[in-house]
Amino acid sequence: MSTAERVAFEHVTKRYPGTAAGRGGAVEDLSLEVPAGKICVLVGPSGCGKTTSLKMVNRLVEPTLGSILVGDVDVMTRDVIELRRGIGYVIQQVGLFPHQTIAENVVTVPRLMGWTKGRQSERAEDLLGLVGLDPATYRDRYPSQLSGGERQRVGVARALAADPPILLMDEPFGAVDPIVRERLQNELLRLQEDLAKTILFVTHDIDEAIKMGDLVAVMQVGGHLAQFGPPAEILANPASDFVARFVGADRGLKRLSLTRVGDLSLQPPVTAAPGDDAAEARRRATADPFRYLLLVDAGRRPIGWIDEREIPTDGRLTETMASPMSPLMNRRTTLKDALSMLLDADVQAGIVVDRAGAVLGLVTADMIADWMRDTAR
Amino acid sequence: MIDWGWIVDHLGAIAGKAGQHIELTAIALAVGFALSFALALWAFRRPRIYFVVAGLGSVFYTIPSVAVFAVFIVISGPSLLTIEIPLVMYTFVIYIRNIVAGLNATPPDVAEAADGMGLTPRQRLIQVELPLAVPLIVAGTRLASVSTIGLVTITVLVGVAFGGLGFFITERPFFPTEVLVGALGSVLLAVGADLLFARLQQRLTPWARVASAIEPISANPARSDAG
Repeated sequence: MSTAERVAFEHVTKRYPGTAAGRGGAVEDLSLEVPAGKICVLVGPSGCGKTTSLKMVNRLVEPTLGSILVGDVDVMTRDVIELRRGIGYVIQQVGLFPHQTIAENVVTVPRLMGWTKGRQSERAEDLLGLVGLDPATYRDRYPSQLSGGERQRVGVARALAADPPILLMDEPFGAVDPIVRERLQNELLRLQEDLAKTILFVTHDIDEAIKMGDLVAVMQVGGHLAQFGPPAEILANPASDFVARFVGADRGLKRLSLTRVGDLSLQPPVTAAPGDDAAEARRRATADPFRYLLLVDAGRRPIGWIDEREIPTDGRLTETMASPMSPLMNRRTTLKDALSMLLDADVQAGIVVDRAGAVLGLVTADMIADWMRDTAR
Repeated sequence: MIDWGWIVDHLGAIAGKAGQHIELTAIALAVGFALSFALALWAFRRPRIYFVVAGLGSVFYTIPSVAVFAVFIVISGPSLLTIEIPLVMYTFVIYIRNIVAGLNATPPDVAEAADGMGLTPRQRLIQVELPLAVPLIVAGTRLASVSTIGLVTITVLVGVAFGGLGFFITERPFFPTEVLVGALGSVLLAVGADLLFARLQQRLTPWARVASAIEPISANPARSDAG
């Protein structure tokens, strides 16, 4: 297993001879660093230089000025063939070799590197399994027999074949339908949890950038870097009108889908269990601004709410007193989903539970609104 | 109308001339291919050179073959060389275009992926561009073989020792059976060559065959379309 390496652009400029500055694809003084193991998405309108920037890493395009470091080594000082074999490359049209079987396609780089036949076929099987294609079914097929989504899975497998520390992905899911695209995105994120490669990912789709990127570099026509940072930061504080327009008027909603309930400081509910003293519970519920009592079982799993006014003045609490449940959510629920559940529910507080189903705290629409206000500039 | 007796009496001679027909064709195809292939490898990344080579070839192709043979009789006499030089030149015109078109048939995304994965230019040529050129190269061979088989009948003008089945066409123009044997035999050879190379293409490019058979495959319920 190779370790990931950082990729750094240092004052990289690419000009095309005989054309004015601002020509499509040119890059102007680009500096950014992608830490090892992170996904950095280069996003921007067509002609902003995002693909050019990507191709300068494996030297399909050579920079006019500046340097690109992989680890601590300037790519221009390395042997270009060696460099490329050490960098996984995935493109929109996939570019599988039509005359080779899927297994042969997958192990292209290992074959070039002189692996034994046995090791190659073992690797092909592993990789096909990794990207969700049954090796027995797909190994001996030709690319023309696969759907677009299947081909792109093979493309990803091929890029991973020699276990490169870096992956370059140029609009990898741009040519497949939205449903397949979402599935491929999720699978890449799942793979990345284990692989932890350094991935540079180009797209023109801001939603894809926000979803896939640990870091997002928004680029602007003329090859200028408009903003570089974590997606939540770009959505909360766009650096310019261009970025604000590019991320869209619904950037608030997009932020909601990036933040999870666990990121908020949850409000503790007043709880009691069936059999508890009603008068004591009533006193505590009345003292709480929320004025509702949450009935929980012995494992602190929620049973239902009791309105403070409906708690008997003496006797014991019973399960039958509890009325409608709130939506249940966990720490991984996005604020977007949480808000949606709250808008649908009768009770204005969602109950956050842990894996065992025990209560962790409450989320209200007001808390979400406060968080949005506090985190934006 | 057909004199079957003549045919039976001359089976040996017919087979001999058919053999010569095939031989003359094979030499032209082999030499033409070798020459075109070498030139194509040199010219296919050099558009200007290719333009000149293909242009000269096309001009040559417009010259009537009878005239070409006549010119070469003057230069090299009634010899095998006089026959083969024009035959090779005609195959060259077909081959050079098909081979270069074949080498350029690699889709841009495939070429980009090859470069991006670190194939050297030579590896890209041998492992990607040449295999993908095979269908057009074989298609060129089909065309060249049919064209050459037709032209070989004319080579009888260079000398009755040549001409393959063309010999029978010109030996006694007013004896229909013999003319028919020469003409029909030549046509049969051409059809046979065409079928042979069509089969060869299928053998050499299994991947292209499955591409054209995509319909039954996509109808296969075992195929996952999960994307």
